[in-house]
Amino acid sequence: MDLVMFEEEFEQLQEIIGRLQQDSASKVVFLVDKNGQQIAAAGDVRSIDATSLASLTAGNVAATDGLAKLIGEKEFSLLFHEGEKDNLHISIVGKRGILVVIFDQSSSLALVRLRVKKASRELQEIFERVEERALSQLSESPRFESPFSEITDEDIDKLFGD
Amino acid sequence: MTFINYASREINCKIVYYGPGLCGKTTNIQWIHSQANPEKRGKLVSLATETDRTLFFDFLPLDMGVIKGFKVRFHLYTVPGQVFYDASRKLILRGCDGVIFVADSQRPRLEANIESIANLATNLRDNGFDIRTIPYVLQLNKRDMPTAAPLGEMEELLRFRNEPMLEAVASQGTGVIETLKACARQILLELQKN
Repeated sequence: MDLVMFEEEFEQLQEIIGRLQQDSASKVVFLVDKNGQQIAAAGDVRSIDATSLASLTAGNVAATDGLAKLIGEKEFSLLFHEGEKDNLHISIVGKRGILVVIFDQSSSLALVRLRVKKASRELQEIFERVEERALSQLSESPRFESPFSEITDEDIDKLFGD
Repeated sequence: MTFINYASREINCKIVYYGPGLCGKTTNIQWIHSQANPEKRGKLVSLATETDRTLFFDFLPLDMGVIKGFKVRFHLYTVPGQVFYDASRKLILRGCDGVIFVADSQRPRLEANIESIANLATNLRDNGFDIRTIPYVLQLNKRDMPTAAPLGEMEELLRFRNEPMLEAVASQGTGVIETLKACARQILLELQKN
């Protein structure tokens, strides 16, 4: 099922993770989806290769998910990686989202966990709203025309520099 | 599932290179990485063993340019080909938009190709996809090897849905970009339908 998120919802997500980044005194917060696509980010994003981060996080979560199922768990909702300076807190939001928080000694695991819990609830509400709407619209015809209805062979050739 | 972001006007497509061990999946994306404009390619991430066998996946993000005002970005993944990494292969197919099957043309590997396609069908199905309908390209790699099986024979064994079939020597870059393009074309034309 395709999920369509409107700008208003996207801004709400952005606001929530922006607040999370401030309140948890963390360096960067990313919201990615389980397929490895970045949805939103807050903080000093430029210091990090966000695309690789999203892809590796999704791989990591997927592998951990596989481990959970092997031992009869539904999922492990939280992953924590401790480094010398920076730490990585990864948690699952709803069915499709992954929240990644990068923090150093100016914060603490306890603070991050506390703030993530609150933000996760808020994010989940938005995800649920998006999903409900997608479900209710499954039978209806799309409300807006796709801009891709007229992709030509030339358009594709151009991408490859022909 | 193609990820279309209307806010930042971006389309992200996930393409997975599949095939038996040592067929040249990683070589394909290494070639693309070496040829791509450094400004438009991301970092090539390889999760490999010490002997350069893919352990989990290789990943290469590529900025392709603009289509209908949307920035098109491909995320290329390879799977580990060795039989016992099946659980990892299944994970990597999650949410993919298209699959490139890299077949090893060497005669002793023909059986392994067939097994790998069967395995792909199963793993796609477990991820909710159908190998008969997903954008799909067959690449016959290692055409330069002395033991390479004739084209007709490989086609008969491996081609099952009239998919684009391309000959390649990935180590020299022959056919690599053409293969990617054949897959991209199907994915982008798929967008039209939705």
